[in-house]
Amino acid sequence: MRKILIVGATSAIAEATARLFAARGDALYLAGRNPDRLQILADDLRTRGANLVATARFDARDYDGHADLIDSAVHALDGLDTVLIAHGTLPDQKACEASFVAARDAFEVNALSVISFLTPIANRFEAQSGGTIAVISSVAGDRGRQSNYVYGAAKSCLDTFLEGLAHRLATANVAVITVKPGFVDTPMTAAFQKGPLWASPEQVARDIDRAIAKGRRVIYTPWFWRWIMRIIRSVPTFVFHRTRL
Amino acid sequence: MTIRRYESWGRYPKASHASVLAAHWRKDPLPLPESSDQSILPYGNGRSYGDVCLNEGNTLLDTRGLDRFIAFDPETGILRCEGGVLLSEILDLVVPQGWFLPVTPGTRFVTVGGAIANDVHGKNHHRSGTFGCHVRAFELVRSDGSRRLCACDTNAEYFGATIGGLGLTGLITWADLQLRKIDNPFIAGETVRYQNLQDFFALSAESDRDFEYTVAWIDCLARGPSLGRGVFIRGNHAERKPVPEPRTSRLGLAVPFTPPISAINGATLKMFNAAYYYCHPAGRHPSTLHYAPFFYPLDSVAEWNRIYGPRGFLQYQFVVPLAQGVEAVREILQRIARASTGSFLAVLKIFGERGSPGWLSFPQPGVTLALDFPNVGTKTFDLLAGLDGVVREANGRLYPAKDARMSGTDFRNAYPMWHDLEALRDPRIDSSFWRRVREEH
Repeated sequence: MRKILIVGATSAIAEATARLFAARGDALYLAGRNPDRLQILADDLRTRGANLVATARFDARDYDGHADLIDSAVHALDGLDTVLIAHGTLPDQKACEASFVAARDAFEVNALSVISFLTPIANRFEAQSGGTIAVISSVAGDRGRQSNYVYGAAKSCLDTFLEGLAHRLATANVAVITVKPGFVDTPMTAAFQKGPLWASPEQVARDIDRAIAKGRRVIYTPWFWRWIMRIIRSVPTFVFHRTRL
Repeated sequence: MTIRRYESWGRYPKASHASVLAAHWRKDPLPLPESSDQSILPYGNGRSYGDVCLNEGNTLLDTRGLDRFIAFDPETGILRCEGGVLLSEILDLVVPQGWFLPVTPGTRFVTVGGAIANDVHGKNHHRSGTFGCHVRAFELVRSDGSRRLCACDTNAEYFGATIGGLGLTGLITWADLQLRKIDNPFIAGETVRYQNLQDFFALSAESDRDFEYTVAWIDCLARGPSLGRGVFIRGNHAERKPVPEPRTSRLGLAVPFTPPISAINGATLKMFNAAYYYCHPAGRHPSTLHYAPFFYPLDSVAEWNRIYGPRGFLQYQFVVPLAQGVEAVREILQRIARASTGSFLAVLKIFGERGSPGWLSFPQPGVTLALDFPNVGTKTFDLLAGLDGVVREANGRLYPAKDARMSGTDFRNAYPMWHDLEALRDPRIDSSFWRRVREEH
């Protein structure tokens, strides 16, 4: 039975992943902004077989509270071996261009707050010589593009941080997993027109679950995004600049 | 991922919707279209056939985001879950714990909300009535922000209006269901080939006494002395797990594309039917099988509805009281056989006496026949209009969940409580079906 903390538990991908954990009888600590929604999730996961589900309110920008949240999780679950960080926002790129406040906000929620959580978690897992950290990043971090580079930059920041963290923790038997989804059909992307490249939260959840089981380093989900981004990254600047990607 | 198509199962009529909203959290208010002259209609999993789940030119509310369980008591078998949960998801949860659905339709891929809105029925109607008979309570959320707990003794008029109410009274956010205890996931089944319609009625009377689940597949193209021949299927939950366990085939078939014309036409159908009939040797043949192939043989052929081609098909299901039933069914089978059209999937069953709390519930005591017709245009519609006449004469009625073309007059005469439902309809909710039947066009 694993003891899993999920930050941003009410997001669609986190909920789908939590169901896979619950079916296996894991113990779960769910952190989110909305207590009503956390309760709704907890009832569902308990019914589906979770050994124990506890919930807590958290705020991404309340950095001081993050270490306490982790301690609460450890206390509630009597230990901790897995963390899934799934919170984030998709900012309006144009709004971020118009105002630094919007851009800073995007960075705080998507990058800085994650680092704030990972600092005490990394130290704890290093000390206990074991554990798995999975963080949901995005393919947007693979290349800065005019359509979403503020979001992309925040995710790219995460990617490099996680790469270094993975290196540091490799000898401590701690896996650090960067999850890079492409287009996923969730409330966050409700405004977008969907097409054949779009994945469901359930598909992404299965990939995350498998990655955690195998301790993978970086996964693209669905798998074909690895190849799409390889191509995107290799397009020469003078060509790329002619696109509106 | 396949992009979600908002169609009905018969893929006729085709509807284009102005927009689709989605419900994700049951404590949120009912999502509403921005424009106040737009109506909205809750949409479950699109397994109803005609236009009860469509809202042409207006908005749909995708309810599959309300797919959570709330609580399950394995001692009492009472399950509380959100309205967008599929019956298949319920089975996956409860069967391993020794429980089953009290009533199930022919597919498990319907939502709880859809099962209530259409007050679905199954092979055990003669024992257990409709789905609505086993709904203890539900929460109804309306566009004015009101949230009502509905049960037979609480907000009773909303309870009666919503069961079989086609989604028109509001959004069912969650429901309490009383499940049925089982020992194991298997069914002790039996098939009995029978030679004509008269034999069906005799066999049915006998079977309904001893079997919880009974239905007949009927060869709708057989004529003369073979009119109404078919294969009777009956079963009970197996008392004990069979040893060795029957293998459940994992072979999932799918119809990957829509053939340009219906693959089912007069010539092929007559052949299929004859082959299927003769494939079953005479006499009784018991077999124990897993519940999935017994209840849901078609569910394993994903998107089988595409085999009817791009024009789709029309499902026709009626019930007539037993007194006039035999003659009415005979007449209808004769007309279908003469028109050389019809479907492989024709089922015949006797409904029992158990009433439903739903005001517009379809089943009444009598005999029901359900079948598909490929949509070949005028010929199909003329045939069905003729069948309507036979049903009307025999004091019968059609099932809204399957209908795409019944006349408003017939509907209103057959379901006099439509008036009461209309009075409780949410002012922001409407459907293609309801617009079609509530007034003459």
